[in-house]
Amino acid sequence: MFYRRAGIRHTSYRAERQLWPLPFDRALVALVFALLVLAPLYLGDLYLAGYLLPWIIWSTAALGLNFLMGGAGQIHLGYGAVMAIGAYTSVHLVRAGVPLEVAMIGGGLASAAIGIMFGAAALRVKGLYLAMATLAMQYIVDFVISHVPAISGGTQATIQVPTVRFLGVPIVGNTATYYMALAVGTVVTLFMLNARRTSLGRALAAVREKDYAAEVIGVGTLRYKLLAFWISSFIGGVVGAVLAVCYLRSISPDQFHIELSIQLVAMVIVGGLGSVLGSFFGAALILFAPIVLNNVIGSLSDTFALSISSDLRAHVPLMLYGALIIGFLLWEPLGLAKIYANVRDYFLVWPFRHARR
Amino acid sequence: MDYLLLGELAINGALVGLMYALVAAGIVLVYKTSGLANLAQGAIAMMGAYLTWAVATGLGAPMALAIVLALAMMFVVGLLIERLALRRMAGQPVIMAIMLTLGLEIMLRGLLPGVFGAAVKRLDVGIPQAPVFVGELLVNRATLYGGIISAGVILVSMLIFNSRLGVFMRAVSDDQTASWSVGIRVERAIAVAWGLAAVTATVSGILWGSTQGVDWSLSLLLIKALAIAILGGLDSIPGVLIAGLIVGVAESLATGLIDPLVGGGTRDIVASVIILLTLLIKPHGLFGREHIERV
Repeated sequence: MFYRRAGIRHTSYRAERQLWPLPFDRALVALVFALLVLAPLYLGDLYLAGYLLPWIIWSTAALGLNFLMGGAGQIHLGYGAVMAIGAYTSVHLVRAGVPLEVAMIGGGLASAAIGIMFGAAALRVKGLYLAMATLAMQYIVDFVISHVPAISGGTQATIQVPTVRFLGVPIVGNTATYYMALAVGTVVTLFMLNARRTSLGRALAAVREKDYAAEVIGVGTLRYKLLAFWISSFIGGVVGAVLAVCYLRSISPDQFHIELSIQLVAMVIVGGLGSVLGSFFGAALILFAPIVLNNVIGSLSDTFALSISSDLRAHVPLMLYGALIIGFLLWEPLGLAKIYANVRDYFLVWPFRHARR
Repeated sequence: MDYLLLGELAINGALVGLMYALVAAGIVLVYKTSGLANLAQGAIAMMGAYLTWAVATGLGAPMALAIVLALAMMFVVGLLIERLALRRMAGQPVIMAIMLTLGLEIMLRGLLPGVFGAAVKRLDVGIPQAPVFVGELLVNRATLYGGIISAGVILVSMLIFNSRLGVFMRAVSDDQTASWSVGIRVERAIAVAWGLAAVTATVSGILWGSTQGVDWSLSLLLIKALAIAILGGLDSIPGVLIAGLIVGVAESLATGLIDPLVGGGTRDIVASVIILLTLLIKPHGLFGREHIERV
């Protein structure tokens, strides 16, 4: 009833293969995008800068990781380090006087170059070994950044991000930063949506499903895995730059530790491997569920005068991430995106369930 | 160069490495039977230490009893993890099972400090603090006993692998379908491997807890254990012993010799560097079978 399919006749391949073949989906996407674009008009500063901005940035990062994990089926436990490389490179470039647009690309290229070195080492073997190599990458990059004063400005030091201009607009105040993050997020989202429809996306899907079968039908496995690693790391680097410029504003090594990587992996799994929509859902759940749960626990302990230790409340996010990863892997391996798809499919033909294809 | 210092670093490093190797032994045990890497091994070690502490202080039990109780409980915990979570992952891509153990690691790392309190707990198992002198070399008594106990437990697990049960486990690791068809209970062998892995993790958790106190940082043993397991070859228990010695000595030497040059912190990345070097040079480790699929 909500998604009437009745009367929709695609008369060309082009019409059927567009991103959203149903008018209702198109309208929904347009509505959500309009709401996001107009957000600074109706949302207070707190919600804009405290909730919407991190959600956009983290979703973009999750998209980049999802390209690798969902698209090519390769695990990456060091995505935080990839973002760190991008953030530090771009901030240093900006401080050296390079325009932000170029610096972001530079950050992406640096991330991609370093990320692919670790990837090349690990992709000779697979699965489990890749997990460990990327974990090792996380620790090594952390160490290098915090122990080379030229990069980090000394141990425990932070680097201030200077005021920058993005496409001619000075990135000052909440609205400008929000629009910059939204712009980058939109570009990455469009790339992700379309990547699956290209030969690259199909080759990656083949590699993900069975690598030697892919090799048999002429898809160079190693080449495409490396390509996926490169693209994913590039996006990670750019998002790292956005994170530094728009959200953190002064970067220090501890902002990119293993916790960030774990957060992103959790987002991808909870949202749904390989799903663009899922990355946004997953980012929302992983970012906000701990806050909500903490508030619930807080109000519960106030109303019922329970003594809930601050230790317990401080560890709620970790418990929740772990529980969410385990729960989704066991009961809904395709994540929130699959739940959404189930609901959507149900209402697509409601109340004529027998008409479902 | 001061040879006395070098010797001291090497001996203490080797002992510490043996204690790391005990955590790695659990990873190898599970990998050998089920072909899965258990990324939750560090958190399980931490859980064992927390449980021992809780039994000893909460119930006021004597330490020996507390340790035995904790070992028994952790064996059951290992069985439960396998039964409730990992068994349902059968047939799924390996990457899913790895993420599941990662999720377990994250959850335990939040749950235990959250429930028992994040402050460092003292776990006194009755090892005196005074150092031992071997000739002129100063050896930390806690690591000396820890290393000896660890080596003992690893040797025992090697013996288990040569027993009837161990033959089952090896058969299962070789080919699950084939061992199933000749009447070996595959599920039981894998479950026992998880139980034993949890027990070895607990022993190492207790040993580490008694030297550095019990808190969440015990779960960081994971990365060193992974380095040892990979260097040793992932499916070789003797490999774990040798690799443990190598990693321990390398870490100790790096801490003693390189730290003063770069300002600390090398201890934490020695394991990572060893993982990378192993993958680059000899991906199947020193003693592993060459069955890792190359792409």
